[in-house]
Amino acid sequence: MPMREWADFIAETGADGAISIALSGPLCVSSVGRIDDRLRAIEGQVEAIDLSKVDDFDTVGAWIVVRLSEERGAKITGGSEEAMRLIAAVRGQDTDENPDGETSADALSDEDRAWPNRTVQKLGGFVTGYLDGMTKLVGFLGALIIAMGSLITHPRRFRIVALVRQIELSGVGALPIVGLMSFLIGIVIAQQGAVQLRQFGAEIYTVNLTGRLSMRELGILMTAIMFAGRSGSSFAAQIGTMKLTEEIDAMRTIGVSPMEALVVPRIVAALLIMPLLGFYAAVLSIIGGAFISMFALDIPFFTFLIRIREVVPLHDIWVGLIKAPLFGLIIALAGCYQGMQVQGNSEEVGLRTTIAVVQGIFAVIVLDAFFAVFFTEVGWG
Amino acid sequence: MNSSEPHEEPAVVVEGLKNVFGSHVVHDGLDLVVRRGEILGVVGGSGTGKSVLLRSIIGLQPPTEGHIEVLGAEVSEERDPDEIDVRSRWGVLFQGGALFSTLTVAENIEVPLREFHPEIGDELRREIALYKIKLAGLPEDAADKYPSELSGGMRKRAGLARALALDPELLFLDEPTAGLDPIGAAAFDELTRELQDTLGHTVFLITHDLDTLYEICDRVAVLADKRVIAVGTIPELLALDHPWIQEYFNGPRGRAAQSAQRRAKAKAMDKNRKAGA
Repeated sequence: MPMREWADFIAETGADGAISIALSGPLCVSSVGRIDDRLRAIEGQVEAIDLSKVDDFDTVGAWIVVRLSEERGAKITGGSEEAMRLIAAVRGQDTDENPDGETSADALSDEDRAWPNRTVQKLGGFVTGYLDGMTKLVGFLGALIIAMGSLITHPRRFRIVALVRQIELSGVGALPIVGLMSFLIGIVIAQQGAVQLRQFGAEIYTVNLTGRLSMRELGILMTAIMFAGRSGSSFAAQIGTMKLTEEIDAMRTIGVSPMEALVVPRIVAALLIMPLLGFYAAVLSIIGGAFISMFALDIPFFTFLIRIREVVPLHDIWVGLIKAPLFGLIIALAGCYQGMQVQGNSEEVGLRTTIAVVQGIFAVIVLDAFFAVFFTEVGWG
Repeated sequence: MNSSEPHEEPAVVVEGLKNVFGSHVVHDGLDLVVRRGEILGVVGGSGTGKSVLLRSIIGLQPPTEGHIEVLGAEVSEERDPDEIDVRSRWGVLFQGGALFSTLTVAENIEVPLREFHPEIGDELRREIALYKIKLAGLPEDAADKYPSELSGGMRKRAGLARALALDPELLFLDEPTAGLDPIGAAAFDELTRELQDTLGHTVFLITHDLDTLYEICDRVAVLADKRVIAVGTIPELLALDHPWIQEYFNGPRGRAAQSAQRRAKAKAMDKNRKAGA
């Protein structure tokens, strides 16, 4: 491989203080990097730029020469025919960059770029974007209610196959991971609970702790988080991609309502499977607790389970089961809504998917906190 | 069926269409009539709102102002279950095909059939789908392939097969030959023409392809200055003294397409003469 050559120059100051620059070597994109800063650092009027020692030339080199000659009013001398042609081309490009004299809408003026203005603009954009989002969300809910209503009056239009498919994907497919996760969480609660409760000799209350916490809170909450990560995200990404590929438009022109075909089956599936998944998670969590108690507390496995029946009141199960469909609804709504909002490019799909999951989990936790207080207040403590 | 009688109601009527996005006015006072049985090409520079016009006509983009009638009916979101929906009387081919990616080609074609004619049995529906696949010039084994397994040209043909599923009276094609190689594009043009000859439907097509305009379009509508500035046959348009039209049809590409068409015509006449002798 030949050695990489770098461009170089000699700046000479004449008797009258005018500087003339003699460039040498190749003046290409691969060789000008080192001289640009030095060229910029030259102060004062440049009289002439001599290109006679330049042996290679491309548009980047031409750009540097043009910039130098225009900023400093220098004459260009000694360039080969090819070099002069490139220089003329670069100069031409430079002057009719904006043929209409218009600036594009996205171009920011210097005033707009100043940070106080930018902050206010961002804040304003955020507020209007938020309000816009609220209007769209209400519109989406309205469209969903209309679609549900029309499906109730025309039940034959309901897409049972799509519903079963979603139940399979989001429900049956989630069984292994939700089960494993809940089992491990049961182990953690029981083991940590036992360590703390042992300090005042109350380790038998580990059973209460594991059973009640699993049924009321953790089973369903962890399932909801898992559901948001597995299914909420996939709802948003699937629907969003279908928007990008015009599949949703194609559906509309065929007369298939995307609400009926895509959104309703997913939301109904979420409503149906979340209570089942949540209960399943709670049971597995208790089994996890029972398993670790054999070792940590010397409570036999089945004794633990029998104790559960005595210490967990029935309303704890209801608390979990009432929350489950609501959580599912919120997550599925967030996923489908964000998916339908995708516009423009594939980056948007990723962005909307993230928003769907974050919004879903956040709303679920807020609602869960509300329910925790509510159920205790109504006497289901 | 093919001849367009003047008293027949037009396929599409657009009156005073106005589309505004934020502060950007795309259309203002746009009027357009598509006659029955014709192939109408819509041309215009990038950003003149050809696609927006199509989306407005097929009801995907509610217009800011104006009145649109398709096959004598107004297009609205709701469907009256007791009426034959206007959507079942048209077919749309989107630019990328817009096939449902989770369904096979045959299943894609079955979607409109299933939607509008649930009374058709599974077996007949499958037969119809297979027939449409052949009609669109696809090999039979494409039926059970997924869109991702098809080439760009085949995807367009599959999209066309789906658009033809219900034997529509009106066919919308959005840049049907964009992204196809010249041979594929010519074949697609020929297919569009042949289908129109046999089935007699009206075709509304957006294109940038000058060959398509010369080869198959009966009339051409030119979109500029936020409205349709002229509609007519290409000679009629050339007689107008509009700079954009002149540049479009008389530019180097326009002239090439023109001479190609002349050559093709001469060849066809030659053939006829030989056959006559």
